[in-house]
Amino acid sequence: MRWLSDNTIEHLRSITDDPDFSATKYKVVKEIARGGMGTVYLAEDIELGRQIAIKVLNTPELDSGLARRMVREAKIIARLEHPGIVPVHDVGTLPDGRVFYAMKFVRGSRLDEYAAQVDSIKDRLRKFQAVCDAVAFAHAHGVVHRDLKPQNIMIGSFGEVLVLDWGVAKLLPAASSEADTLILPGTNCDVRTDKPIDTAHGTVIGTPRYMSPEQSLGEVEQLDERSDIYSLGAVLYFLLTRQAPIERKTAGATGQSATTVSIQRPRELNSKISKAAEAICLKAMARSAADRYPSAVEMSADIGRLLDAEPVSAYRENTVERIGRWLGKNRFLVLLVLAYLLMRIFFILTAKR
Amino acid sequence: MTIRSNMIILKPQMDPDTDIGGRLHRFPVTSHSAIVAARSDDLEVRQRAFETILTSYWKPAYKYIRLKWQASNEEAKDLTQGFFAIAIEKNYFARFDPTKASFQTYLRTCLDGFVANQKKSEQRLKRGGGTNTFALDFESAEEELNRHRVSDGITPDQYFYREWVRGLFTLAVEALRRSYDEKGRSVHFKLFEAYDLRDEQVTKLTYADLAREFSLNSIEVNNYLAAARRDFRRIVLDKLRETTGTEEEFQREARALLGIKIK
Repeated sequence: MRWLSDNTIEHLRSITDDPDFSATKYKVVKEIARGGMGTVYLAEDIELGRQIAIKVLNTPELDSGLARRMVREAKIIARLEHPGIVPVHDVGTLPDGRVFYAMKFVRGSRLDEYAAQVDSIKDRLRKFQAVCDAVAFAHAHGVVHRDLKPQNIMIGSFGEVLVLDWGVAKLLPAASSEADTLILPGTNCDVRTDKPIDTAHGTVIGTPRYMSPEQSLGEVEQLDERSDIYSLGAVLYFLLTRQAPIERKTAGATGQSATTVSIQRPRELNSKISKAAEAICLKAMARSAADRYPSAVEMSADIGRLLDAEPVSAYRENTVERIGRWLGKNRFLVLLVLAYLLMRIFFILTAKR
Repeated sequence: MTIRSNMIILKPQMDPDTDIGGRLHRFPVTSHSAIVAARSDDLEVRQRAFETILTSYWKPAYKYIRLKWQASNEEAKDLTQGFFAIAIEKNYFARFDPTKASFQTYLRTCLDGFVANQKKSEQRLKRGGGTNTFALDFESAEEELNRHRVSDGITPDQYFYREWVRGLFTLAVEALRRSYDEKGRSVHFKLFEAYDLRDEQVTKLTYADLAREFSLNSIEVNNYLAAARRDFRRIVLDKLRETTGTEEEFQREARALLGIKIK
């Protein structure tokens, strides 16, 4: 048998890993991300002459759980037609047997990179409100994301906000029947299942630093929109403080981090954060789901009120704070009145002389 | 998704007009796990499973014993023969629990235990010592060891894994050659051999060079190479499936094998 050198083996590994896009209208440009389930490539749609992103399953298994999960992910995204959710253009199977789906290629930066570059808390809050709106839309269609974190949110070149990576999303019962009946595209064989492709009880999926207590305990059946609300709170925490609510090493060590670790208040990390902003964040991150915002719509509304300097539902302010907020909101009016009063006083005094 | 860096520029693109494979081509799942078959009640099925495991693992095991246990070549031969003989006799492989470790880790652990016991009791010759239970080409293994020095800093475990990968790819290359010879498509393999099996040290050929050498046009070269690579990938994954116990382990090993660089 022929001896294969280390160089030859590395070369063979790279060519066997490359997806086979022959017989498709796509041409790969480069690899842009790699995860446990699939790899994302920048590719060109030869027919339409545009760049797209293609997510390809790492292994060619049509009837495996991963393949079904990938197709399901594509179907979930496809049903979520919203400006804050990346549209899926195509789904299929490559000649080498790997399932793929093609989606819009988003140019821009991830939310964590954006937060590092933008100092204005108000600007960051505006982006966050757009995230809430996209998530609220998904919830309205019975989809819980389950892996919301700054790394899964993109800010496009024109400031648009896009929520990515719906690979571990959960379909709520009313919405699940349609997407769980699958025919793998690009094949002439039916691979149908009526069984929900969901995660077994006790299985922990997601990102520990951003996941809700119930998710970190693997209480899969109990997860609903409020689990995403917790993660939204954690994303808000990151946007306010530029750090995750739970440190990476703690999250990795406990495995049940959100249930056991006490979180430092955002204002202790950044005194410029308003009490109302902190209250919204902490309300969303309440350990008990019942104490959180009941919906992303309500959380978005509170963020909107915060941006408009109106009272927020998460924080009861005292009289001094109310006056302070009113003065802050009506700064120009107050200045005008003050200027008017000063002028009146000046005229009165000069008239008396 | 966790890794968002390490962007890689891929190799020249395959021809979209290729007629090999096609949109409806389905990846054929032809192989079954030898690890699962090793638990079969049917003796014949079990024997075939052992043969598969032996073919994939004897060489990494031999080299590993030479490196980690500093065994002489004669000693390593006996230990390798002895290990697989006793593994089959006592059906070690049927006891493998995929929830605890990968099969290769399990096999390596069994091997370490076996060698340690043999060394301790100095009863090496009792089991397989001096006998040729299996017809294994130790000369080629020894030649490879002598010809290619083990890199500095590599641990015995890493070495075992690397040699296992090398063995897997070598078997896949041979299977690809046989398959193309049987189909009368030896030119596919010759192209693959000339372009993809060349050592990096040698000047890289272009598709145009190959076209001239094999009296083909560049599109044919492109298509034949694409087909050979696709078949090679299928064979590698088939062989990997044979030596993994569960779907989960297969997926994990496939990711490690094709997605992460070895030392």
